[in-house]
Amino acid sequence: MNVAFWGTRGSLASPGPDTVRYGGNTSCVEVRSGEHLLILDAGTGIRRLGQAISPTQRRIDLLLTHLHMDHIQGLGFFAPLRRPDLEVHIWGPASATMTLAKRLSRYLSPPLFPVRVRDLECALELHELPTLCEIGPFRIRARHICHPGATVGYRIETDDGVLTYLPDHEPALGARPFPREPTWTSGYDLAEGADVLIHDAQYTRDEYPQRVGWGHSSLDDMLSFARLAAVRRLVPFHYDPGRSDDALDAALADAMGRASPTFPVTPSREGESFVVER
Amino acid sequence: MAQPSIEVILTRELSSALSTPVFLVDPKGNLLFYNEPAESILGCRFDETGEMSVEVWATMFVPSDVEGRPLPAEELPLVIALSERRPAHSSFYIKGLDGTAREIEVTAFPLIGHGARLRGAVAFFWERREP
Repeated sequence: MNVAFWGTRGSLASPGPDTVRYGGNTSCVEVRSGEHLLILDAGTGIRRLGQAISPTQRRIDLLLTHLHMDHIQGLGFFAPLRRPDLEVHIWGPASATMTLAKRLSRYLSPPLFPVRVRDLECALELHELPTLCEIGPFRIRARHICHPGATVGYRIETDDGVLTYLPDHEPALGARPFPREPTWTSGYDLAEGADVLIHDAQYTRDEYPQRVGWGHSSLDDMLSFARLAAVRRLVPFHYDPGRSDDALDAALADAMGRASPTFPVTPSREGESFVVER
Repeated sequence: MAQPSIEVILTRELSSALSTPVFLVDPKGNLLFYNEPAESILGCRFDETGEMSVEVWATMFVPSDVEGRPLPAEELPLVIALSERRPAHSSFYIKGLDGTAREIEVTAFPLIGHGARLRGAVAFFWERREP
């Protein structure tokens, strides 16, 4: 299972000289196994990913964690959606009152966007998330996690290993003092024993108390959650748009100094890739 | 124990922050949690009882009507909230594990989460006292 980052930023795209190393595009992760392609979220990073997809690709599965703008804003600029020979499956959560199609249409329609979902030329299928599904070699489990609105996290397994993706996640909100027993911790069963955990890294420890309930983690809580779930490797992700590369380095070093993790911590960088293996 | 849904996790967290007694069950009616204010009415700490099946908790507090007749489980607000997916309210007597009988008033709600899935039910209750 190969993983590549096309957007690592949270909340708002933040290109500029201060975010060159970690990247300024919002959430988008490419996951490949053989010819099978999953895309996790459709933030602004998906535009460049769309340009890199081979014309011979016949199917794409796009897994949305939720429908906040930073996770869907790139959708209208994802060129493969205009390929009639391509099958695109979009998986995501419905809300309590609206279907996934209706929720997506709120963005992909005027006045927010000139093109409607029904005008897309690819063979598009929308799937409201079941708990479990299989797509090619990927065995996928989705589960609602602690973040405002209908938001899921994903556990993606192949014979090669386990990848868990929790880009917007505030486990400390439902488990204070944090951390506490695993069973009562949001996202635990998705992350338990994962080979790689990609996790929300939005705030510093000092920032978090002013942002409780906004749906994101402090770096310290991210490290505690990874330890609780006994993951093999942690990949911080979804950085605050106001955090420069230097400030992120300093904040991570600070949190790591307190936590002394026993597992590798490798912050996600736009343009980088790695292989998930046991 | 399987991990509870996020709706149940957040309800437990909410109940931990309330001074109102709260009793939380899973979709089968099994007790998952009651908060500290509930402990003084039920006469025991949650840490001592832990989780319980509906068959156990529905009888161990000996719910009964004003005449002292035992109330069947299906008449308890929490059981109604689960089985009929609607709020239910009633008042009745219980006997706490400290041996004290108390009249309580209970309002229970089903916890219907994303995708209209039943996640459990929650009861808010309080002791009735003569004015």
